[in-house]
Amino acid sequence: MPAGQSFAASAPAKLSVESVSKWFRTARAAVHALDHIDLQVKEGEFVCLVGPSGCGKSTLLDIVAGLTMPDSGRVLADDQVVAGPGRHRLVMFQDSALFPWLTVFGNVQFGLKRIPGMSRRERQEIADRHLELVGLIKFKHSYVHELSGGMRQRVALARSLAPDPRVLLMDEPFAALDALTREHLYRDVQRIWQSRRKTIIMVTHNVREAVCLADRVILLSPNPGRIREQFEIDLPRPRNINSPQLAEIAQRITTDLMAYLPEEFA
Amino acid sequence: MRRAIFAGLFFVGLIALWQAASMSGRWSPVLLPPPTDVAAYLVSAVEDGSLLDASIVTIERLLIGYASGVAIGLLFGLMTSTSRFFHDTIGLLALGLQTLPSVCWIPLALLWFGQTESAMLFVVIMGTMWSVAIATDTGARSISPIYARAARTMGSEGFDKWSRVVLPASLPFLVSGMKQGWAFAWRSLMAAEIYVTILTGFGLGHLLHYGRELNAMDQVIGIMLVIVAIGLLADKLIFSPWEQFLHRRWGTGQF
Repeated sequence: MPAGQSFAASAPAKLSVESVSKWFRTARAAVHALDHIDLQVKEGEFVCLVGPSGCGKSTLLDIVAGLTMPDSGRVLADDQVVAGPGRHRLVMFQDSALFPWLTVFGNVQFGLKRIPGMSRRERQEIADRHLELVGLIKFKHSYVHELSGGMRQRVALARSLAPDPRVLLMDEPFAALDALTREHLYRDVQRIWQSRRKTIIMVTHNVREAVCLADRVILLSPNPGRIREQFEIDLPRPRNINSPQLAEIAQRITTDLMAYLPEEFA
Repeated sequence: MRRAIFAGLFFVGLIALWQAASMSGRWSPVLLPPPTDVAAYLVSAVEDGSLLDASIVTIERLLIGYASGVAIGLLFGLMTSTSRFFHDTIGLLALGLQTLPSVCWIPLALLWFGQTESAMLFVVIMGTMWSVAIATDTGARSISPIYARAARTMGSEGFDKWSRVVLPASLPFLVSGMKQGWAFAWRSLMAAEIYVTILTGFGLGHLLHYGRELNAMDQVIGIMLVIVAIGLLADKLIFSPWEQFLHRRWGTGQF
């Protein structure tokens, strides 16, 4: 990596979900979690999956990550069939899933250690840069239990970005944070996404959040999980979650979403 | 500080009660010597070196037996927590044998090894390893699955995942297992020292045993106090701080 060029990023991947179905069988019942899902995601596109709980959005994310195998159908990442997890598609979880036995610095380096031929120096430089990117370089020697929820998610973001994945998958990454911290992170994620251009799929049940971040919002409905509607969001960036236009779009999507809620909630 | 004062008052009160009971004359001083006699015995035992010698012999045995028991127990526990086959076999064996009080191993040990150090070591290892295995297994199973998922997405699988994620994640539970193992090893060794009479070294258990044979109640109570003190010190100085530190940093348990 030449000096001065801080981010020689690998190209974002395009994703193709082809007719993916998934059932979960328990002793009492078989739940049809996903029913013939087709989804195309362009290189560098930011897509949000929204829907009521039980619509299979997190399952879909797991399948794209390769952590769960579909019962039928397949996922292609750059025309390669996804057969298991890999560091080109990193996942950021709701609960940061940082390793408490490592410092912040150690956590950010975790994935880098799996990259063959990377020296210790390079690893540390990359980790430093990513901690600067999320504004936590001062906390590099802290342990996870010493950080607030928002700081943990920032570290998790740095950890996911450091190995330079081609796809970033985020599973309700801001759901456990307070509103103020969340707004801060929306700004950061937009800034980082604009500078790093990853293909991102994010799962959320917060429609405003989806409109604030995504190029495209995809609405799923439960029983069985299906894609119902898609909304292209062409508001200029950076977007402010409190802007009236954004609220208006979110309101429209929410109205549609209500129609797909199971009757007992409506 | 207040808590320490109250705790101190409690124990001073307990000793005062004991002193009063023995001074009341209702019980023979042979059966209930006053605390001053016990203290006098302890002082003389420290002065003639018998207490220190016995403690060294005992702690040496304990460390060897405990280290072996913990090593085997940790290994078994990690095996049973990661493989269904080992869980169904060794796991069941461990569950069964850990319910067996360690004194029950003594007749078998005496017949197999005679009145030897090996018999004593055997009893301590058997008393320790199964409970350590169970504690380790339980701990390793309660690790949040999200760690393993996160590791897998970052390309860590197999041995790399095991050594960099599963093992460190289960560390607080391993220490809890080691703490439990310590308590079990201590009990087993005392049982072994009381029943296995050998000439290769008199431990605290032997002093206790001879105290009974000589009707020296001050010695019996004095040695019991020493045994309690050693157990308490190991817990308070070694295991509890270590355990609390890990649980706090790992965010497990309610510290």
